[in-house]
Amino acid sequence: MYTAGLQKRYLIEVTTGMKFLVKITISLKEGMLDPEATAIRHALANLGFETEELRSAKVFFIRLDAESEGAARELATGMCERLLANPVIHSYEIEVLQ
Amino acid sequence: MRFAVIQFGGSNCDYDVHYVISEIFGVDCDLLWYKDGLPRSYDAIIIPGGFSYGDYLRAGAIAARTPVMTEIIEHARVGRLVLGICNGAQILAESGLVPGIFTINRYPKFICRWVNLRVENADTPFTRAYCEGQVIRIPIAHKEGRYVAGEDALKTLEATGRVSFRFCTPGGELLPGANPNGSANHITGVLNSQGNVMAMMPHPERASEEVLGSSDGKGIFSSIIRHVEEKG
Repeated sequence: MYTAGLQKRYLIEVTTGMKFLVKITISLKEGMLDPEATAIRHALANLGFETEELRSAKVFFIRLDAESEGAARELATGMCERLLANPVIHSYEIEVLQ
Repeated sequence: MRFAVIQFGGSNCDYDVHYVISEIFGVDCDLLWYKDGLPRSYDAIIIPGGFSYGDYLRAGAIAARTPVMTEIIEHARVGRLVLGICNGAQILAESGLVPGIFTINRYPKFICRWVNLRVENADTPFTRAYCEGQVIRIPIAHKEGRYVAGEDALKTLEATGRVSFRFCTPGGELLPGANPNGSANHITGVLNSQGNVMAMMPHPERASEEVLGSSDGKGIFSSIIRHVEEKG
């Protein structure tokens, strides 16, 4: 019989394997114009820092569950392909840190 | 005939576009909050300018992955019209509806000014009110508007008449000084392969009444309306 106020909660443990920390670096492909990097390089020159080259990149640290290191890498690749990088201008690099 | 203008968080030209469609042309036009999806079918959907999701990650990248875009891609697949203006153009490129990407300007600064555009193809649902080679005056307002596409994609666009607008001088010449953001081949308007989706960085809704300095942008909306009328 249903009793008002009585609630049952089911906790389901999902075994998803191990936790990984993945580092994803998104950079512009070789030869792509990087106007922000150029502006930053000029600003550094104004402060007296002479540089030969300056390239910018975006880095994401993502903690996730996966069965294996390979599976973690595969998930990260999916993230890059579908959102984090735009294949027209970007290349990406994935490192599984932990 | 019914148009829709999609509103994302951060859209800020939604009311301007809605005003032009409904007040200047007297065509029914719904403003749709992106989370509500498409409640019915539309003849044309316009994705307006603004800064959806604060331009996080890349301009248009996050809005392009929202569920309403899946519905808009389906709307385009069956041949109905989609126009993306400014941030809307960035969203269309990010969603893959048009090739390439609109990325940070060659000089990485926000540019807001009047520009001259040469109509490259006047045989599209979006440009039929113009003549090929005609120069029109419409403003731009963006920091991420430099058109970039792969070499093969550019060749295909050029060879198949899918470039609709190029930045040019008042006389219609493609001189370096007349390419404010450094776009590939001066391109600032592109079409998909079916020809029913157009992405453009300039703002025709800001040039649709003489009181604003130009009504050259009206031709884009009147083209769409005539196209829909003729298709029935």
